[in-house]
Amino acid sequence: MAKRKSKNSWTPLQIITHLGALFPLAWLAWDFWQGQTALLINPFQEATLRTGEAAIILLMLSLACTPINILFGFKQVLPLRKPLGNYAFMYAAIHFAIFIVDNGLVSNSLDLWAVYEATFEKRFALVGFAAFVILLALALTSNQWSMRTLRKNWKRLHRFVYAAGIFAVIHFVWLVKSDIREPLIYGALLTLMLALRIPAVRKWVVNTRQNLTQGRQATANSSS
Amino acid sequence: MAIKISSSEITPEHVYLSRRKFMIGIGALATSAAVLSACGNQVGSTASSANSNEAAPEDIKVSTNTDELGDELTSFSAVTSYNNFYEFTTSKEGVAGMAEGFSTSPWEVEVGGLVNNPKTFSIDDLRTKFDQEERIYRLRCVEGWSMVIPWMGFSLSEILEEVEPTSQAKYVRFETLYDPDRLPGQSSRWYDWPYVEGLRLDEAMNPLATMATGLYGKHLLPQNGAPFRLVVPWKYGFKSIKSIVKIELVDTMPVSLWMDAAPNEYGFYANVNPEVPHPRWSQATERRIGEFGRRDTLPFNGYGEEVAYLYDGMDLRENF
Repeated sequence: MAKRKSKNSWTPLQIITHLGALFPLAWLAWDFWQGQTALLINPFQEATLRTGEAAIILLMLSLACTPINILFGFKQVLPLRKPLGNYAFMYAAIHFAIFIVDNGLVSNSLDLWAVYEATFEKRFALVGFAAFVILLALALTSNQWSMRTLRKNWKRLHRFVYAAGIFAVIHFVWLVKSDIREPLIYGALLTLMLALRIPAVRKWVVNTRQNLTQGRQATANSSS
Repeated sequence: MAIKISSSEITPEHVYLSRRKFMIGIGALATSAAVLSACGNQVGSTASSANSNEAAPEDIKVSTNTDELGDELTSFSAVTSYNNFYEFTTSKEGVAGMAEGFSTSPWEVEVGGLVNNPKTFSIDDLRTKFDQEERIYRLRCVEGWSMVIPWMGFSLSEILEEVEPTSQAKYVRFETLYDPDRLPGQSSRWYDWPYVEGLRLDEAMNPLATMATGLYGKHLLPQNGAPFRLVVPWKYGFKSIKSIVKIELVDTMPVSLWMDAAPNEYGFYANVNPEVPHPRWSQATERRIGEFGRRDTLPFNGYGEEVAYLYDGMDLRENF
């Protein structure tokens, strides 16, 4: 029964979301199996870059749901915030796990001091770690029980996702060598998405959209 | 004034051991088989493996399988398919494909500036006028990975002796070919092309400073900086400038492309130093390509005995 119920409640959009979110992991596994050059030669660096990119893209998509609803009144994207955010956490966790092994395995033994240094002594790693801790907290509380228990605080806690987004973009900016175009694109998108949530901006956008659709309906009615 | 070679510049024995006169054909085929098997292909290679480009060609030649520390050579396939060469692309595994067909003949290298005897060498001159030796050196990338590569080439000092630097000459400045049509990465406005690198004259006269024309007994492939590149094994890889067209003796410290792009991260000296971290990551350890775990990074990449004297009394934290 429960199975059928959950099956019925999955919209095509949700199915696409889950498949799309799992795609980078499947692609990574496939490329590893196929012996793709960078994964064959320097697997840690390549897998770290790929999982990090998947995490930031999914986090941006999760943050894009509300602005998409504000701009287009497309409510169907709202239930996607949670799975997208959780998948972002999943990739961030894999990313961090690879980082730990990559930096900790020195001369065939696990050097925890090296992991500590790699995580806390470099600003790009530290800000990435901060984003990870936030995503961890949000993933752990992304269930009905936590919502009921935390009540108002749940919403306050989950507002930290904006901070996670900002930290993730800064992490990326500080990581690249010189050509910061790609992280700046994420930064610009994030700024735009956050701006749309400012109550005054949001109100104005929603009003304008409603006026436009009403106007269109009015002209449609009068011409018929 | 011509440069004299001082006794301190005579090659120490253990370095000599990794620098063998290269004799074509002798003993080479026997070892190349061992190297081929070390280039192990990936798991689950497909039916099309007959035309796989990952196998090493059969004409690679090398006299030994290790460097003077006993570290194994990096496979030919890794050396030629994983490259930092932004003139083609910033994707390391994409360079080999982008560089395919890059024409390196004719190719001329102009050597001038503060010298008594400026000269222009064709690539054939460089390959025949100077004795080509096999030199097995570790290459440590500033990003934290490393390789062991059997280069073919000769000491930079041999060219400098031919052109006779004047007493005003203090530095050597190197320049890569500038040709955005053939080197598409040079259209990127994020860097001030062409690639420029430099050495202090005494560094350049050190016998370890090598001009390479080949690796694994073959001419350099475009992705490795064909046809003529610098190899400075005690410095981070980016100092080892590729596809050189110009060598100039100058009296002021050259500003390299990376010093220009990120002055707080990349200095003029760029000596491999586990004690001085990059602003964004530690340099204490490195991943040797082909190994699972990291290993400790050695001061001057393990060539301290040969080069540390060059920096006596210098603060290497300040001069990173």
